[in-house]
Amino acid sequence: MAITVRIPTSLRKFAAGNDRVEVEGSTVKDVLDALSKAHPEIGARILDEAGVPKRFVNIYYKDEDIRFLKNVETEVETGSELSIVPAIAGGF
Amino acid sequence: MNAQILTSLDSFSGLRSVTELTKDQLIQSARTAVKECSVEEARAQLEAHPNTLLLDVREPEEVATGSIALAKAVPRGFLELRIEDIERNRDRPIIIYCAGGTRSVLAGRSLQEMGYRNVTSMKGGFGAWKNAGFPWKVEQQLSSEQKIRYSRHIMLPEIGEEGQKRLLNAKVLLVGAGGLGSPSAFYLAAAGVGTLGVVDPDVVDYSNLQRQILHRNEDAGVPKVDSAERAIRDLNPDVKVVKYREFLTSENIMRILDEGWELVVDGCDNFQTRYLINDACVFRGLPNVHGSIFQFEGQVSVFAPKLGGPCYRCLYPEPPPPGMAPSCAEAGVVGALPGIVGTMQVLETVKLLLGKGTPLVGRLAQFDALAMKWREMKLRRDPECPVCSEHPTITTLIDYEAFCSASR
Repeated sequence: MAITVRIPTSLRKFAAGNDRVEVEGSTVKDVLDALSKAHPEIGARILDEAGVPKRFVNIYYKDEDIRFLKNVETEVETGSELSIVPAIAGGF
Repeated sequence: MNAQILTSLDSFSGLRSVTELTKDQLIQSARTAVKECSVEEARAQLEAHPNTLLLDVREPEEVATGSIALAKAVPRGFLELRIEDIERNRDRPIIIYCAGGTRSVLAGRSLQEMGYRNVTSMKGGFGAWKNAGFPWKVEQQLSSEQKIRYSRHIMLPEIGEEGQKRLLNAKVLLVGAGGLGSPSAFYLAAAGVGTLGVVDPDVVDYSNLQRQILHRNEDAGVPKVDSAERAIRDLNPDVKVVKYREFLTSENIMRILDEGWELVVDGCDNFQTRYLINDACVFRGLPNVHGSIFQFEGQVSVFAPKLGGPCYRCLYPEPPPPGMAPSCAEAGVVGALPGIVGTMQVLETVKLLLGKGTPLVGRLAQFDALAMKWREMKLRRDPECPVCSEHPTITTLIDYEAFCSASR
């Protein structure tokens, strides 16, 4: 089941410059695992050892924070979108 | 047939006879149509029915010398044109006053002709009110220069003269006079936000000038707060600038926030300051208008737990460890991006100050300049939030260590 993951600017260089990546999975966890496998450098930056998003990275499924859904166990529908939204600090 | 044609011709050419009235007769006829009340009755009505609309139909120069609190000032000459912006409901009780009780009767008749059914004229006007010893106030007035300068604001029903005065009395603290702080300072100053605090420890560098439009070529080496003050004064001398050439820490942030600021615009450039601002604003109950940028991407939100929304820590409970933030790997930002994000922060600030519109509370607006797309994410209060939840685990300010030198 193909899911589109939106890659933020800061991580695009680890995804061959793409702003979105298609991976398979039926839960957020599946999708993030598949994303890590395809682009290990992204995985290393956004996930901890248990494969859970780090505290300074939020994952949105259909524009809703997965922490307020079923977190990484949230089920995802084919053709839907997952967004990675890291904390950014710049104002410079 | 002929008679009909004649009648219409008469009215068309103005030949039909019109009843002539003297000034006194006109006033008398209005008096018979419009209900009148004494100042005592007016006061009792205003207290018993706070829904009553009190209209002051005197000229602006008269209003400037004093008026009744809560009265809406609409000069007699503009009454019919503006009344529907103030109230469309024809059943709402309205009390009108002028200086002596004559113009208010005529004004009352005009409103009756527009269908306002519950109109009363206050006998004796403002003079009788003052003589009765009832409370009144002298309202801050816009100068004629200010009325021209802010005319495009004043003509908006959402702002008007009252809103403009609110902005002129507002005190907004800008953290950072850089990429985000530049458009914020310019547009807040142009809008007439009366007092702007500017916090920035840095001096202007040539590499800033690609986006930090407060500063000029000749400002290289000058403290940013001085350069910002010059730019703001040049744009709008109404604005008072308070400079803080300091790096915010747990030592100084409360001293600064406690100098009467009502809202913070966060345009700083590092995580340690952002968490410090968030926590301090939560402790003080101040709204925090957040903007951040990276390369081609921007984020805007309003963190205001007091308004029922989340804080920055609800979103990101902890800062990334030093060197781990994705944004530390490389910096760089397209120059116009802070223009977009900083200007959005100003719009949110102005809305919050005026209490108009729907603020960006509980929402994160995310901008992708390369795709030219805005996306909106829902933000929720985290019931486990370390700062703004009911059982906070963080109750004092934390100085995190510097995250990455590349971001500064």
